[in-house]
Amino acid sequence: MVKEIERKGIAVVHVCTVTPISLTVGANRIVPAVAIPHPLGNPKLNPQEEFTLRKKLVEKALQALTTPVSEQHVFES
Amino acid sequence: MEAKRVVVYLNQFFGQIGGEDKADTPPQSVAKAVGPGVGLQANLPENCTIVGTIICGDGYFNENLEEASTAVRQMLEEFAPHVVVAGPAFNAGRYGMACGMVGKIAHELGIPAVSGMYPENPGVEAYRQYLYIIETGNSAAAMRSALPAMGKLAGKLANGEPIGPPAEEGYLSRGIRKNVFADKRGSERAIDLLLQKLKGEPFTTEYPIPHFDRVEPAAAISDLSQVTVAVVTSGGIVPKGNPDRIEASSASRYGKYSIAGLDTLTAEGFETAHGGYDPVYANQNPNRVVPVDALRELEKEGKIGRLFPYFYTTVGNGTSVANARKYAAEIAAELVNEGVQAVILTST
Repeated sequence: MVKEIERKGIAVVHVCTVTPISLTVGANRIVPAVAIPHPLGNPKLNPQEEFTLRKKLVEKALQALTTPVSEQHVFES
Repeated sequence: MEAKRVVVYLNQFFGQIGGEDKADTPPQSVAKAVGPGVGLQANLPENCTIVGTIICGDGYFNENLEEASTAVRQMLEEFAPHVVVAGPAFNAGRYGMACGMVGKIAHELGIPAVSGMYPENPGVEAYRQYLYIIETGNSAAAMRSALPAMGKLAGKLANGEPIGPPAEEGYLSRGIRKNVFADKRGSERAIDLLLQKLKGEPFTTEYPIPHFDRVEPAAAISDLSQVTVAVVTSGGIVPKGNPDRIEASSASRYGKYSIAGLDTLTAEGFETAHGGYDPVYANQNPNRVVPVDALRELEKEGKIGRLFPYFYTTVGNGTSVANARKYAAEIAAELVNEGVQAVILTST
């Protein structure tokens, strides 16, 4: 899905936990997520902490969109 | 014949520990055949015995790749098998990735390994060089035809017998070329193929051209505060009640749902339709998959120009590559028309 969106010229960032799959399917901007059933959250945190974590991850995804890449890149924390 | 030892790798489901709620189970082992292993034993040569089964949750394996690999390596060293059989994983992506990694670990230990997967399983592309992957159907309904082929190949590997080419043994091409003697020289074979092709007869190429489908990275966004950002997910978030009945696996459609005016996705308004992961956390707080709350705040702060008033969603669970491609192409065409320049795509 990532590839078809990028093919149309839209900048796309893949936020996912199993980054090896993302690399295999051909995403170019990849941001590692928290866990498979809750990629952008962590139920162990209190709601405020969890929101902060999510916002940070989204900001990181946005940062990836503003970063030039020439090949596949995983934006590790 | 000398007795040979076989070890089987299974996920939490086939290992009879539990469903998605047990996907976080760390690796464990038992000194006997379990689940599909029982059927596999019946398909192994007489001198091959399943001496152990390693079971790990699909979630745990993929989220803790290093820890899981270390534990599996240790267990394999203890069992010291002559061959490892992982799966079959059919079209289960996380399970296929785990089976492939187990094959890689076995390969590093000098032990041959066999798995079974549907050709679109990402585990095929990622790990095919390390193990033999028997081609299976896309669901466990194909178990009955998978086990005989896997058992036969595992038996040959355990006994050190020569392995034939992919089409003969039923495994997916590993991209390895072997020199063989042919009856005719290359130029004659090429002409024969060309004539067959011109006559419209069936023919088999000797060297399929590898197909690398890569897309150039899109240019970086220079100023996000001027840009509309959309969210697309394969995590199956839908309005409560799943009005368009997007299937829990092998989704035949995608949905487009309004988030206009919403500051957050509430548990009352949204849920997940995905059948391939434990839905508890996404149902409690759908922002964990489609982060509307965070994006809305970033929109208010002016970090992004605008959050696109709809999100697109499908269930990425055994969904065929052809369908996923079709949905995304339609979604992308619509986004281009709407002037969306940036997409966050979340996957579970």
